[in-house]
Amino acid sequence: MAEYIITTDKGQWEVVVGLEIHCQIISQSKIFSGASTEFGDEPNTNVSFIDAGMPGMLPVLNQECVHQAVKTGLGLNAKINKYSEFSRKNYFYADMPTDYQITQFRYPIVGEGKVDIDLSDGTTKTIGIERMHIEQDAGKSIHDLSPTKSYIDLNRAGVGLMEIVTKPDFRAPEEAGAFLRKLRSILRYLGTCDGNMDEGSMRCDVNVSVRPYGSDELRTRCEMKNVNSVKFVMQAIENEAKRHIEVYENGGIIEQETRQFDPTTGLTKVMRKKEFAHDYRYFPEPDLPPLILSDEYINSVRNEMIELPDAKKQRFIETLGLTPYDAMVLCENKETADFFEQATAGHDAKKVANWMMGDFFAMLNKKRLDITQSPISAENLGALVELISKDVISGKIAKDVFEIMAQTGENPEKIVEERGLKQVTDTGAIESIIDAVIAANQDNVAAYKNGKTNLAGWFVGQVIKQSQGKANPAIVNKIVREKLDS
Amino acid sequence: MQEITKLTIAEALQGLKNKNFTAVELTEAYLKNMAQGKKYNAYITECADVALAQAKIADQNYAVGKARALEGIPLGIKDLFCTKNIRTTAASHILDNFVPPYESTVTQHLLDDGVVFLGKLNLDEFAMGGSNETSYFGPVINPWSKDKLLVPGGSSGGSAAAVAAHLCAGSTGTDTGGSIREPAAFCGVTGIKPTYGRCSRYGIVAFASSLDQAGPIAQDVRDCAVLLNSMAGFDEKDSTSCNLPVPDYTSFLEQDIKGLVIGLPKEYRPNGLNTEIAAYWDKAAEMLKARGAIIKEISLPHTKYALATYYVLAPAEASSNLARYDGIRYGYRAKAEGEHLDELYIRTRTEGFGKEVKRRIMIGTYVLSAGYYDAYYLKAQKMRRLIRDDFMEAFKQCDIILTPTSPITAFPIGDESMLQNPINMYLNDVFTVSVNLAGLPAMSLPIGLAQNGLPLGMQLIGKPFDEGTIFKTAAAIEADAKFERI
Repeated sequence: MAEYIITTDKGQWEVVVGLEIHCQIISQSKIFSGASTEFGDEPNTNVSFIDAGMPGMLPVLNQECVHQAVKTGLGLNAKINKYSEFSRKNYFYADMPTDYQITQFRYPIVGEGKVDIDLSDGTTKTIGIERMHIEQDAGKSIHDLSPTKSYIDLNRAGVGLMEIVTKPDFRAPEEAGAFLRKLRSILRYLGTCDGNMDEGSMRCDVNVSVRPYGSDELRTRCEMKNVNSVKFVMQAIENEAKRHIEVYENGGIIEQETRQFDPTTGLTKVMRKKEFAHDYRYFPEPDLPPLILSDEYINSVRNEMIELPDAKKQRFIETLGLTPYDAMVLCENKETADFFEQATAGHDAKKVANWMMGDFFAMLNKKRLDITQSPISAENLGALVELISKDVISGKIAKDVFEIMAQTGENPEKIVEERGLKQVTDTGAIESIIDAVIAANQDNVAAYKNGKTNLAGWFVGQVIKQSQGKANPAIVNKIVREKLDS
Repeated sequence: MQEITKLTIAEALQGLKNKNFTAVELTEAYLKNMAQGKKYNAYITECADVALAQAKIADQNYAVGKARALEGIPLGIKDLFCTKNIRTTAASHILDNFVPPYESTVTQHLLDDGVVFLGKLNLDEFAMGGSNETSYFGPVINPWSKDKLLVPGGSSGGSAAAVAAHLCAGSTGTDTGGSIREPAAFCGVTGIKPTYGRCSRYGIVAFASSLDQAGPIAQDVRDCAVLLNSMAGFDEKDSTSCNLPVPDYTSFLEQDIKGLVIGLPKEYRPNGLNTEIAAYWDKAAEMLKARGAIIKEISLPHTKYALATYYVLAPAEASSNLARYDGIRYGYRAKAEGEHLDELYIRTRTEGFGKEVKRRIMIGTYVLSAGYYDAYYLKAQKMRRLIRDDFMEAFKQCDIILTPTSPITAFPIGDESMLQNPINMYLNDVFTVSVNLAGLPAMSLPIGLAQNGLPLGMQLIGKPFDEGTIFKTAAAIEADAKFERI
């Protein structure tokens, strides 16, 4: 893509960004206990003795979470580590009942991988994945219910997380945005995380530094914690980069620190200076043996893998003839891609794609509906395209039929049949309408013959109007010209 | 003292079966002993009501011929095991009036086999200590004390003293660096620390997770076998417990030891080893030799590093395990809570923990800190591996290892040198800690009295999961030593 260069009076700068994304694992129960992971239940109802850090309680690894992590690793085209181990990250906080988090440190379950992102100018870029590990989530502290007390909800404590760490490969806010959308798409395809940033099931930490354009140094970075939308991530990068540049250009230095992004101002403010950084005293978790995965296990998960957006997109382009843009849009979420594939079964894929990209998405948008709630079924959309392809209805009538489908959910054949919208292709019937129109407009016939040949279109329009839109435009056009030219 | 309380568990079971006395009578006899034996301070919590109710059920089961393996046997439980609805303190102020809503797996096994719980036994705070002097509830008195009050050893001091003074028929203990074996030796009773992973740690207040192991303390070798039969076994709630069948340990007791190779590690006989202890060690070896065993000198070359290794690793794990006692969810909370969360933590933990516990938390925090981790924790982990390798190498040449349990006999409560310099206290663990570092099973049984009239113990160290060989060898020594209990 076009390079993202920040130009000031004093020079040109480039941003260097890496992301750390915490993704809540979709699983029945928590990663180290049998408590439910249900979101939105009454506070402190989904809490086992293990989650509450009671004396003598021991973690037991939930194999479902391991399975989800391996699946995700494969989805990130990453190396699955056959040996991984858990560690304790020690720090005191009231919503962390054991006062340590069980995580993976030296030996994560997933190693290096890569994800291709699609950029607005149609190019793609590969973003490196550094690693992915699994760990437990903390509970929630609620500070605004009382002026003197904090409340703790442990329902989330112990829910499984996957922490995905990228390489510092992003050079523009747009790239980070595209990555997050792509990651969310992959996770949703896999069913390993619902990717809802607004509900906190996907949370992003953003590491930003800048350097003079053209240099390959890595300068001090600042980390922004828990930026909770794609838009805010892009905004945070943009504004944090500007802050760094301003500091450097005024002869200052950037200190390594943790900052907080304020969505109301779009700016970042310091949260924790480096000297106050925790010493987490990581050490191997003695309550859990190392996690050993066999080749058979990894292969069995590999065999469960479904087609992911990139592969699907490629197939839509190569075998169905879609444009890269259409293919990308249709593949972004699995439900849309599935809808498209169902609609296109046996029908003209490009035409189905055009309908989806146009009227169909517009209709969903207008009605504020998710594709899974669409009043028009995939089969019916396919049938509509088929009616057009077979000249049963014209494209114009099809728009009317589509409107009726959107309102009633009925199938297009029935609508066309009941409302008599079938296209007239009988040349005899069309001819008689044409003859009547010509007879009634002799002045225009004369004008046509005197060289105003674009009047042919006017005659076609009149004929179609008289047929109430049902006359096949191609046939009308052909016969009108024949008669006028004769 | 009540006569029936002098019976071993095996004898008492026979008596109950033969209806020589009832479980209620047996329980009441122990309750009387407990009332008379308050001076020993062996119990932190007595639960006569629970005990009598359990004893009644036991009698009913005997009446209908449905007696379970340990039906009606009154036990004392080290107050490190969480017992449902019975206060559990870990001998610490910080757990205050903590009443667990769950039962540890080991005590559940015992309950399932029909035992009676007399109460919760005193120990060093969080099992950290070798004299039972660090208990918040005061020291336990060794029943062998004459003019001066002596320590019972630790940390399972209450468990050993209660068995020695017949305040229970048997007891549970835990052993992280010698906490079953040393007090058993000091009190002239028998105790076994099984292989790491043999007994579930679920529900036992954790000290050092990779070293902690539960085991029985009883009057003789057979009783230990009977109790361990019940306590041992795989538990899916403890990921470090081993899924191996548990043999009937009593079946080993009569087995011949002819041809068994007994290893005597030369490193356990340093210059300056107490001559009486050395003499008893030789005597024990002679007894085994007389029964056809082969005595062989072996080498455990890294023995001299064991104490240092232990006193890095155990505190490291403890510093993390004890973080959860923070005053937030249960147990003690400082009356003056302070302005901030950190203040609440500091005040609660300052007031709630005793001196030795704080010392170990400090050591553990230090050795895990950034910049010190490699020099201490990591180096100790490597040394731990070498120590284990020593044993594995030695076990290629012998079947079992015989050593003294402790370099000294019970010492007076309040010993100046040990209180002023904790290292002197730690030195008492010199023969026991290696076993925990290597995860091996080991038993201490009395061999005789020293000149000062106090019991001395011998230690038998077995191969991993080969408690059976320990039982048969111990039974042989026991038969020949003819130690006279109180």
